[in-house]
This record gives sequence, C-alpha cells and structure tokens, in this order.
Amino acid sequence: MSDNVIEARNLTKRYDGTVAVNGISFSVARGEIFGLLGPNGAGKTTTILMLLGLSDISDGEARVLGHDPVRDPLAVKRRVGYLPDQVGFYDNLTAADNLRYTARLIGLGRDEREAKIKDALAHVGLADVADNRVGTFSRGMRQRLGLAEILMKDAEIAVLDEPTSGLDPQATVELLEIIRNLKRHNVSVLLSSHLLERVQSVCDRVALFNEGRIALIGTVPELRRQVIGGGFRVELEAEGQGLADRLKAVPGVQRVEDAGPNRLRLASERDVRPEAAAAVVAAGGRLLRLSVEEPSLEVIYTEYFNRINEGERHAA
Amino acid sequence: MQREGSALHGVGVVMLKELSDHLGSVRMRVLEWMVVLFALAAVYLAIQQIKDVTAEDPFLFLRLFTSAREGIPVTLVLFLTILVPVFAIGLGFDAVNSEHNRRTLSRILSQPIYRDALLFGKFLAGLVTLSISLIALWLLLIGLGLLMLGVPPNAEELARAFIFLLVTIAYAGVWLALALLFSIVFRSAATAALLTFGLWLFLWLLWPLFFSSMLAGIIAPPDPRYTALGLDTPETIEWQTALSRLSPSTLYGEVALALLNPAQRALGTIYLAQLQGAVPGAPLPLAQSLIIAWPQIVALVAGSILLFVAGYILFQRQEVRA
Repeated sequence: MSDNVIEARNLTKRYDGTVAVNGISFSVARGEIFGLLGPNGAGKTTTILMLLGLSDISDGEARVLGHDPVRDPLAVKRRVGYLPDQVGFYDNLTAADNLRYTARLIGLGRDEREAKIKDALAHVGLADVADNRVGTFSRGMRQRLGLAEILMKDAEIAVLDEPTSGLDPQATVELLEIIRNLKRHNVSVLLSSHLLERVQSVCDRVALFNEGRIALIGTVPELRRQVIGGGFRVELEAEGQGLADRLKAVPGVQRVEDAGPNRLRLASERDVRPEAAAAVVAAGGRLLRLSVEEPSLEVIYTEYFNRINEGERHAA
Repeated sequence: MQREGSALHGVGVVMLKELSDHLGSVRMRVLEWMVVLFALAAVYLAIQQIKDVTAEDPFLFLRLFTSAREGIPVTLVLFLTILVPVFAIGLGFDAVNSEHNRRTLSRILSQPIYRDALLFGKFLAGLVTLSISLIALWLLLIGLGLLMLGVPPNAEELARAFIFLLVTIAYAGVWLALALLFSIVFRSAATAALLTFGLWLFLWLLWPLFFSSMLAGIIAPPDPRYTALGLDTPETIEWQTALSRLSPSTLYGEVALALLNPAQRALGTIYLAQLQGAVPGAPLPLAQSLIIAWPQIVALVAGSILLFVAGYILFQRQEVRA
C-alpha cells in the first residue's frame, strides 16, 4: 500500500441537475498538510463530506486510510477527525461534557475517556474553562474545542473545514499553531479555506478549486512557477534610455513589462536584483527604486483566474 | 450496497444524552406541571361526581377516568386526549432541526455512528420520557383514587387501567413520531412546531367533527328514503366513522371507551342484529373489550411506526450541510 492516507479518483457529486464536484483526483500523504482552496461554493465542503461518507458519491472512488467511505463509513469515521465549518456544540453542556458525549459515541472506556479529555483540553488551552458551559465560549474557543475533539479521538487524519474563518488575527495565529502541532504528531491534515493568505503558511501542498474542478495542484512554489512563470517579480524604478532591452538580456529574466512611467516589472526565476541594478547602471540609467516580491497564493490565484476568464472572453 | 458495522451502534449513548436533556429541561418542567395540574383537576371533578351519584358500580374505579362533573363535560380521558399530544409534540418538534441549527449535526455524524442511531436514540428518549411521566401520572391517579374513594380497585379494573396506560403511551408515540418527522422536514423549529400543532388541532377537532362527515356525504350521498324518515343513511355513517378514524385522537377515544366502559359492546355503528340477545348494561370480560378495541390499538402503533419510517427515510436522504 502506498503511503497516501487519502486518495480520490475522479470524485464527482451531482445534485439533481447541477454538478457540485466534477471529477476531481488528488491524494494526501501521511503527515502532510493539504489545503483545498477556492471561493465559496467551489465544491470544497462537498468533497470533504464525500470523503467522510457523510454524502453519497455520485461517481468516482475514494479511499481514506484504505477504507471505502461509502461501504465502510464507520471505519473511516473512527480514524478521521472532522471539524465542520462553524462547528457547533451543545451550549447547555460544559466543554468537558460535550467531549464526554463524543467520547461515548466513539466508544472510549471511562478511565481512558477522562484522561484523554483532560489532555486534549490542556493541549488547546481550554483546561481552565473545561467546566464552563460552551454557551459562554467565543468563536475561537469553539474552534479550539473542535480541535480538542479531534485530539481526543487520536485521529490519524484531521479534516478541517474553514478552520480560520471568522476568527480574529490572534485566534487565527493560535489555531494555525495547533494545526502545525498536529503535523508534528504525524497527523495528516486536510483543510479547506477561502482565505488564501492565512493557510498558505501552513500547507505543504494545495489544490485550487474552481467551479467543482481542481484548477491547480502542487506546492506553492510549483504553482507560482506554473502560473506566473518565474517565481519572482522584481519591480524597479529607473530613469534612462533602452533599459527594457538591457534588462531582458539579464540571465534569469523571463519577461519585462512596462508598469508606468520609468517603471518596469521583471518576471524571473530567481532574485535578480543585483544583476538588474548592475544592468541599469551599466546602461547609464539612474536607479531610483528596486524591490522584489514573492507572489502570494492570492496573487497566483487571481492571476490564474484572470487568465482563464480572458481565455473565455477570447474564445467567445 | 451493503454497509459495514451495526446501524444501532451508539443508540444507547444518544438516548441517554437526549433523556438527560429532556429530564433537565425547563420545557419538561412546564409540561409536567401542566399535565399534573390538569389531571388533578379532572380527577377531583370525577371524584365529586362519583361520590354524589354512584351508589353501587362494579367498576367504580374506572369511573375516575370517564366521569364528568355535571355541567362541566370534562373527563380525564378527554384531558389526556388533548394533553398527551401537546406533551409529545413539545418534546419532539425540534429534535432534528435543532441539531442543524446548532451546527452540531455534522460533528456528531462524523463520529463512528450511523444516522439511524441518532434518530432511533432521539425517538426512544422521547418515548421513555413520555412513559416515565405517564406512569408517574397513572400511579398518582391510582393513589388519589384510593385515598379519596376509599375503595381499592379490583384486579380487572387494574388490568384495564394498565392496558389503557400502554395505549396512552402508543398514542403519545404517534404524535412524537409526527413531531420528529416535521422536525426533519422543516429546518426552522418554529415552523415545525406551528405546523405540528396545527395538524394536531385539525386531526383532533376539525377532521372528526366536520371534514369526515362532509367527505362521507360526498362519497356516499344520503339516501332520500332514509332522509325522508329522518334517519341517517347507514352507508354515509359508515364512511364517516371510517374517515374519522384517520385521526389518532378518534382512535384513542374509541379505545378508551371500550377499555374503560366494560359495558361497551361495539365501536361505531351498532346494528339491531348485534343487540339481539344482549343484556343491556352487562359488562364484557376484559378479553372481549380488548378484541373490540384491538384494531384501534394496532392502528395507533402502526401509525407511529409509519410516521417514524417516513421520517427515517427523509433523514437518511437529507444532506448534512446547512
């Protein structure tokens, strides 16, 4: 067996008439943090629900830890922890009681239960409020309680749906730290988000969703190379004649674009600032400003969809 | 396709959790007090009447359930007919939609249980809650009867009252299953509650009193020969009875009549032939009364199973996401 914990082949979900997820394939390796990214309604949650056996699969096949989520959902759900979008708890029960209920559903024995609940709550920083009712909890505390549930379960895969949406920056940082910790415990993480900046930092690989399909898949640098060409964008502001041609000749530079009066933008494979500076000076120009920008996932994403939309317009 | 693992894994856990929710809830307190107060009032009125009127009656104890004070046509059976549905609907109308609205459903269903367990657990918890309350009420009534009448019930009376208790629980099950069904269909708890109570009022009052006779008049129009004599057409009457039995309240009322009035010889239309050789007012043995009420009892149980199955199918097909 390969070391992939999740494998999806040609996964498709049709609701009467509309296709929510259209033949996607991807795999998640053990100990990897894999991000499903894309706008709302692109099919991320539907994909997650199919992998968990909570929604029927119209076509294609999925394997989670070697189990078929359609045939054997209990085996999948026993080993996978799920944090739904805007997770809810029973407000009238305490944090510990909420976990106790889940622990009983999982089938943990009494002693094991109490020890694990205590550990899990301590791990996410909720030990002090274990006996407070969840009704008094903030959004961030609920999310952390959800992660505690996954920890308590000793899940091998954590599936997190929009874990950071609606959280303040501080809570987001804390949550991402807990997610990184999961990886350290050799837990694979599948997370979905429409907030690209925030999750870029934790994901090993990402899949960009668009209208039920995976548009791009790979590590962030890979995507950068695919979409933007080079990985880097160097912006320079300089006065002088024929600079664009000079810069184009610099090794490593792939494109030179005009970005306004006296401003040029270079696309390059690596950081070409020293060479570009030398080229400007050699051409007798006056270098005013030089900066490098490593395009974020958001830029890659926007760029990609702009191109697709333009392509469609041309086609039409 | 065959699923692996037991569908019932986790039923007990869900049931205990729901049960403790029910028993600790404010709603439960209110419903309990309502039932107890109304029932006490009904028993008090019945006992007054019994003390005034009945000198010798072999089934004195059963009169507790069926007697009404003169001028106030309210019996304990009538109270139960009204209050048990209110109680059952009150417990069930937000069973499933509240899980949706609290966003707990997908989290619970991502634990290693099937949806079946959640629904079975919720229904059983409701039924156990209702049973506990009704058994407590029943014991309270027997105790009060002993104290205030000063006559102990005989074995047959106790048996009849006990079967009546079981039928009351089945009757509660019908409304609980209906409330559960509506809690699956309607995402808003308020809508579900309103519609369930609306349907209950319709089935209890409007259907047997008005719509069943109207429909019967259309299906089997009254024969002018009978009308000329000032009689009802037997066919129309039979249709009307059959249609009115679609209402669980009608069925329950009929079972109560057969079980608690041993002299009751038939439910619905009685033909002259059936009265031949009968001693008017002579009580039937328990087994005979049971045979008379049996179709109604079966219908009540079957009704709750059908409603539950309808809810079960809908719930299985429902998408988890909000």
